[in-house]
Amino acid sequence: MKPNRLQSTLAGIGIAAALAASLAWGQSRPLRVGMTLSDIPTTSGQPNGGFEGYRMTGYTLYDALINWKLDNAKAPSTLVPALATSWKVDAKDTTKWLFTLRKGVKFHDGSEFNADAVVWNLDKLFKKDAPHHDARQRAQVAGRILSLKAWRKVDDYTIEFTTHAPDSTFPYQTTYVFYSSPAQYEKLGRDWNKFSQQPSGTGPFRLEKMTPRERAELVRNSSYWDAKRVPKSQRVVLLPIPEPTTRASALLSGQVDFIEAPPPDFIPRLKSQGFQITSNVYPHIWPYFMSFREDSPWRDLRVRKAVNLAIDREGLVKLLGGFAAPAAGAVDKSSPWFGKPTFIIKHDPAAARKLLAEAGYSDSKPLTLKVMVSPSGSGQMLPRPMNEYIQQNLKAVGINLELVTQDWEVLRNCRRAGAGSPICQGVHGINNSSATVDPFSAFGRIYSSKAIPPKGFNYMYYSDPKVDAMVEKSNNIFDEKKRDQLLGELHAYLVDQAVDVWVVHDVGPRAMSKQVRGWVQARHWFQDLAPVYVAD
Amino acid sequence: MLYYILRRVLYTIPIAIGVSLIVFTLVHLAPGDPLSAVMGEVDQKMLAEMRASFGYDKPLPLQYLIWLGSALTGDMGYSLRTGAPVFGTLIDAAANTMVLGVAASFVGFLVGASAGMFAGYHHGTWVDKAVSAAAIAGVSIPHYWLAIILVIVFSVQLGWLPSMGAGAGASVLSWDAWKHMLLPAIALAAIPCAIVARTARACVMEILSMEFVEALRARGLSERRILLHVSRNALPTVLAVIGLQFAHLLGGSILVEVVFSWPGTGYLLNLAIFDRDIPVLQGTILLLALFFVLTNLVVDILQTFADPRISRA
Repeated sequence: MKPNRLQSTLAGIGIAAALAASLAWGQSRPLRVGMTLSDIPTTSGQPNGGFEGYRMTGYTLYDALINWKLDNAKAPSTLVPALATSWKVDAKDTTKWLFTLRKGVKFHDGSEFNADAVVWNLDKLFKKDAPHHDARQRAQVAGRILSLKAWRKVDDYTIEFTTHAPDSTFPYQTTYVFYSSPAQYEKLGRDWNKFSQQPSGTGPFRLEKMTPRERAELVRNSSYWDAKRVPKSQRVVLLPIPEPTTRASALLSGQVDFIEAPPPDFIPRLKSQGFQITSNVYPHIWPYFMSFREDSPWRDLRVRKAVNLAIDREGLVKLLGGFAAPAAGAVDKSSPWFGKPTFIIKHDPAAARKLLAEAGYSDSKPLTLKVMVSPSGSGQMLPRPMNEYIQQNLKAVGINLELVTQDWEVLRNCRRAGAGSPICQGVHGINNSSATVDPFSAFGRIYSSKAIPPKGFNYMYYSDPKVDAMVEKSNNIFDEKKRDQLLGELHAYLVDQAVDVWVVHDVGPRAMSKQVRGWVQARHWFQDLAPVYVAD
Repeated sequence: MLYYILRRVLYTIPIAIGVSLIVFTLVHLAPGDPLSAVMGEVDQKMLAEMRASFGYDKPLPLQYLIWLGSALTGDMGYSLRTGAPVFGTLIDAAANTMVLGVAASFVGFLVGASAGMFAGYHHGTWVDKAVSAAAIAGVSIPHYWLAIILVIVFSVQLGWLPSMGAGAGASVLSWDAWKHMLLPAIALAAIPCAIVARTARACVMEILSMEFVEALRARGLSERRILLHVSRNALPTVLAVIGLQFAHLLGGSILVEVVFSWPGTGYLLNLAIFDRDIPVLQGTILLLALFFVLTNLVVDILQTFADPRISRA
């Protein structure tokens, strides 16, 4: 019997539908990711492990009220509506914000996301007497949403936030808070440890299985609220491989498909074997933060400029196989906050020598700077060869750079405690890389005198009324363009004052097999794994 | 005898307490804040609050007593980093190390004993020289270096075996688990294998020079049967050596486990050190230390059975 036209049409539709389905859902091969972390970041809501934790078990399993736009490699990432569809500040009282929540969003366990869930989660983090308060989760995020004072449900899909003082950067701060399911917490007997084994968020992936220190298996959340971000991979396996050479070997031997931070000396080999290598500048700075306390030579502007001019950043980038971008300030030139500094940071040893001579230093009376460095750490790149290179650069203009090596945690503790504290062992500065993701992380928490320890991260004890005023003013400008302009002026001022030694920005290299598709390396610390898959 | 054993067991208690005290003090002497593992971006003020909520603001002797009290009841606290109970974490890691230790001892015994006996039997030939050279290399090559070479050859170049991890968590008997175990077991087996080979060779040579071997030959036994007799006589010594090596392997190897990201006690210890995960660090060191205390106890008691004069001393 010959098939009639209807039959052929139906068969055609069937094949087309099957093809479409296979395109949409068919990536059956798991995406195996080699992380640099030594363990699976915590999965109960607020991940540990810094921004890598946010990338791996934060933005995969959860959403914030506002997410970052991570699908563009060409421009700095911006904010996009997520669990909140819109937000606005109260024109009469600028400490009040109204967030409208997205309707129809479900947690992985099927329960509904609404204003009650938001209040419950904020209580979990910041209300110490709440029965479900979790100090561990609080520690991961408390320092990132400092402006938040109070929160209140207005109706089922509206939340009102109150900040301590007017702060136009508040929406940025909300991107760090993730929302876990109250229903799942109840179901698991109100136990955060159990919850971390069977978490329930609203993100594009669900956690299927986790073995601490070994692997976490995430599977696609087919009913994710944002159709564009429904994962292309059916399954993503996260493997902690902290040793760089082990990570590269795992990629070369086909045990993983994608690794973060391949060691630079492996990159030529990986390239020659057809592996894909990507990199992109992102809001990261590898600096020396220096002490402005009494007796510090850093209080002299000439010294600050001289050190900045003595460093051959291009040479350093070459040393790193091209995987870094020379810094001309705290933020990259492509940032809307770069501004127009008049002090141009470049390699000019002659000018450096001249400035040092003016400041009273000479070969017979050389300047000695002691800087604490770490052998490794989050965002620290390759500290040893980089610091030794800078040591040589500074030697060439007559500065003795003494490197005090301490492990990463000691360095972090010194940063928290501030210059001059006993744990800092008498150093003039620290080499602690820093994130400049949002206006507060980039400026307020580092350069404002209000952030001097124990209250913040102004390790340097830097205090300049002009900077304080600009930070304060920027917090009160609710027009984004105008605020960016003011932040540009603030940044230009900081560069002209040569407040820190800004050396390079990391470009976050990644390596992946030929079969990996869909990866877009956004100009951000966070990245989106949802569109990434391994082609059959 | 019974009195001696009882006394010996009782002695273990002050030793164990001493060990726990040393472990606690050493861990707290190391620079860095015990809360580093849990802290994200918190300032000094929040840090002080956190310290209080985790009990790290109390005086050290008091912290020690609290920790000891809970440890005695099997509660070793929770990992600061993951929130998982330390005891369960330790048991999982110890099981992985044990599996690897058994595999490495098996490889070490099988290869070492056969090569050693064969070399001893063919004393002076090129086979003997080759085995002796390999045995010297085996004890001299650092096992982490061997581990890296194994990864380069078998994982990266040939692509036969995985370079890291313990597999997808299926049964120990699955092919996937075996594949993951093979390279770390070979790396770990190198030293025991070499030691066993040398012992077996020396032992076989010594036995071969004994009169009963001559007698066997005189009775017209085949060389094969003679080798069998000799091997059987050498076996107790070789077994004693491999037993000691096995106990050593159970202690875990930080370096080999780190190279292969093998989730055993060595790897756990390494992570706990770098993360300043104090409860896990204390638990792991205590477990390893108590393991050696117990091994010594068992050896002492066994020796008493072997030589009753010891118990009278």
